Amino acid sequence: MPQVDLTVRVGGDSAAGGIVTTGEIVARIAAFSGLEIYTTRTIPAEIKGGHVMFQLRTSDEPVYSQGDDVDMLIAFDQLSIDSYHKLIKPGGFLIYNSNDGAPPARADIKEYGLPLNDIAKKINFSRGRNIVTIGAMVKLFDLPYDKAEEVVKRQLGRKKELLDQNLLALRTGYEYVEQNITTESPYHLIPASGLVEQDRLVMNGNQALSMGAIAGGCRFYAGYPITPASDIMEFLAAEFPQINGTMIQAEDEIAAINMCLGGSFAGARSMTATSGPGVALMVEALGHATMTELPVVLVDVQRAGPSTGMPTKVSQGDLRLAIFGAADDAPRIVVAPVSVEDCFYQMVNAFNLAEKYQTPVIFLSDQDMSVRVVTLPPFDMNRVKLEPRLLWDPASITSDPANNSSNGAGGKTTGEREYLRYKLTDSGVSPMSLPGMPGGQYTAEGLEKEESGAPAYTAEIHTRNFKKRARKLANAINDYTAWEMFETFGDDSAELAIIGWGSTIGPVKEAVMRAQKEGMPVAVLYPKLLYPIPVEHLNSFIERRKKIIVPELNFTGQYGRMLQAQFEREMIPLTRYGGTPLAARDVYDKIKQVYETIRANE
Amino acid sequence: MTIRVSLSNRQIMLTEPQIIPMHFEKANLKANEYKSDVKPIWCPGCGDFGVLSSFYKAISEMGIPPEQLVIASGIGCSGRFPAFCKAYGFHGVHGRVLPLATGIKMARPELVVCAVGGDGDAFSIGMGHFPHAARRNVDITYIVMDNEIYGLTKGQASPTSPLGLEKKSTPYGNVDRPLNPAMLALASGATWIGRGFSAKPKDMTELIKQAIAHKGFSFLQIYSPCVTFYDTYDHYKQVTKPLPADHNPTDRALAMKYAMDTESLYLGLYYQEDRPTYDDAYSGLRQKATKGEYSIEKLFARYRR
Repeated sequence: MPQVDLTVRVGGDSAAGGIVTTGEIVARIAAFSGLEIYTTRTIPAEIKGGHVMFQLRTSDEPVYSQGDDVDMLIAFDQLSIDSYHKLIKPGGFLIYNSNDGAPPARADIKEYGLPLNDIAKKINFSRGRNIVTIGAMVKLFDLPYDKAEEVVKRQLGRKKELLDQNLLALRTGYEYVEQNITTESPYHLIPASGLVEQDRLVMNGNQALSMGAIAGGCRFYAGYPITPASDIMEFLAAEFPQINGTMIQAEDEIAAINMCLGGSFAGARSMTATSGPGVALMVEALGHATMTELPVVLVDVQRAGPSTGMPTKVSQGDLRLAIFGAADDAPRIVVAPVSVEDCFYQMVNAFNLAEKYQTPVIFLSDQDMSVRVVTLPPFDMNRVKLEPRLLWDPASITSDPANNSSNGAGGKTTGEREYLRYKLTDSGVSPMSLPGMPGGQYTAEGLEKEESGAPAYTAEIHTRNFKKRARKLANAINDYTAWEMFETFGDDSAELAIIGWGSTIGPVKEAVMRAQKEGMPVAVLYPKLLYPIPVEHLNSFIERRKKIIVPELNFTGQYGRMLQAQFEREMIPLTRYGGTPLAARDVYDKIKQVYETIRANE
Repeated sequence: MTIRVSLSNRQIMLTEPQIIPMHFEKANLKANEYKSDVKPIWCPGCGDFGVLSSFYKAISEMGIPPEQLVIASGIGCSGRFPAFCKAYGFHGVHGRVLPLATGIKMARPELVVCAVGGDGDAFSIGMGHFPHAARRNVDITYIVMDNEIYGLTKGQASPTSPLGLEKKSTPYGNVDRPLNPAMLALASGATWIGRGFSAKPKDMTELIKQAIAHKGFSFLQIYSPCVTFYDTYDHYKQVTKPLPADHNPTDRALAMKYAMDTESLYLGLYYQEDRPTYDDAYSGLRQKATKGEYSIEKLFARYRR
């Protein structure tokens, strides 16, 4: 049992500024004090103005979801009080701006009104209200002041003058509570027994996946700004020039993916990152990558759609687009990380799969994971092994006379082009030459082609090449188990199971822990390789269950329906499509409901 | 001579780069030794034959090793161009040859990169990329075989078709005003701009050589008539003439004056400018960004609590 498990919600108008900053600083102070954190946020798509909600859950034990109830509310305006006051648990806390709002009466919570406008005016720093609040909170919750200072310095330290003002604001908030409210902290967030300080990194999903790209050997990025993927580009724009990499801000998404194909053709591990609308634009080039057999990684930070939709809200609605969005059958690999930490390792896998099978790989993250700041164990570089691209060996020309003739019908290769770029092999993967290798010249060809790459349209060639492209993907399934691209937990003997994908794993984990405590066993499987479907492994999991729930954040239950079609088994959908993350309570309720139908049918 | 090329673009941190032998010495190949065994599928008399043969000649005379040359293309009759050359080639999707070529050049700046295509590929579907490749001054050569018609789809009006042209998609006459490619290039910041005619192979070879030799974005428009759907040989023979001998190609305004002339279509080098290339600029940026030895552990440490 955790000694601390606290959910803090921060609400306010973004026009006043600093709501997310407040949340992130509070979260980091908790993290720097030794606690585990997990954050979520909803922000308007507008640059200024609109309601912002930031939520932090913190505990002395690992945290898997955003938390369903609010222990503490920090309300910067009346709207936030009106919206969230009733959600505060009995015994909870409210911190509000007493210059700009008043809460309705509630005897079961503790209220701390801070005259933030007055305090900020006194120190001549009207924008400093949020930092004043943080100072107050540090005192009210007995957090280490030195950690708070360190976080403020790290987060806001870019401008010296502003930093001094912010540090003054922090001190002022702290002292205001001490002098006007209470000298004794009413709540101790850090347990009296102290915390075992563990080595932790603090970051969000986009940062983790960007580092995963660097670790995965990526040195070529081209992209186009789009919420919520832009900060991947910004991250790599700062890092890539330092490691001989190249980052191009392209004129549009179509240019971005085509630049990546150019980079990959030239030998670089290449990637782009975008969101649903950008993926839609890249679909043609993705098919081209399948046809030319070029590795490329496309990160889709999914947001709520369709079309422009809700750019700052979460969704898992691009699964079908990722797997099937193509002219004709253009097989590709689709990978989904389950957590911020996993973003790092699955990016390495994504690059390895792309290079090994010379194919596009789509990496499905989502808006919630992209901005979610969490504490996580340091990345283990021993787990990072780079899978090389199968390169052509010029020596093979002389040693293998079979290379000199195309065995395809309709082939008219004279032997002049000795190297066969699209050579038929058992694995389906053909050795690739790179520009600069004498004798390796070929044309990466979007038309159907002979082994040499020369365009050819016969039925026989088209048929065998379809099989070649499919064979590569069929082989990729072997890496699913070899590279441990799945997570499983719960009770493996349970009749009731959950199969999910992506960032819903957190709330599912919590719900399953609760259900099992109450005597409802659940087996859970989260494949990280979504496509090709690891049929055998999934089948052995599925055939042992009576009922299977598939939770996902989209309208039609895209993954569930795909599994249903593949395994001819009913997949009970648990779909949410409002633009907010899945709640552990929803999962729990569904488990209970399905569990009871199993019992009732016995 | 060898160059270090790794799977991850001169990767420095995690794996040993692979050593791939690269030959930098001038190749000594005849023009027809650059021909691949794939035979062109163009209609007899197509202007693109002339362009291809001038291209073979130009690269032969320049001594470019075939493995050092990458030819990228889009879709259209001219999109087949790379397959006919014994160089590295990339036959891309419709309109995206410039992003492809940009990616190749930026990943491997030591390569000679040419982009080829037609007027539809360049100025209709691919138009969004043209000004950007030009303003970045990507060090590539872009040869547009302009036949003022869609040939591969069998005869629809193109963005350079003249007003009034009656074709399959314009049965009552074309009402879309044609674009002026040379003006576009001048306005977009291309640093080498030339125009040729496929019936003048000698001049064309010379222009191709200059365009490839130029460090920066070279744009070469070549009138390359489509004998099947819009035969303009006679028309061009009448209206084209060489740029005046006293034309100063560093004078942008003068280049514009000649480019705007629609009565006489001038052939030759319109404009040339020295400006840092995209890969040079990016190298500069790398130097600016690099502070001491980089390690991924140091990157992680920035996020340690």
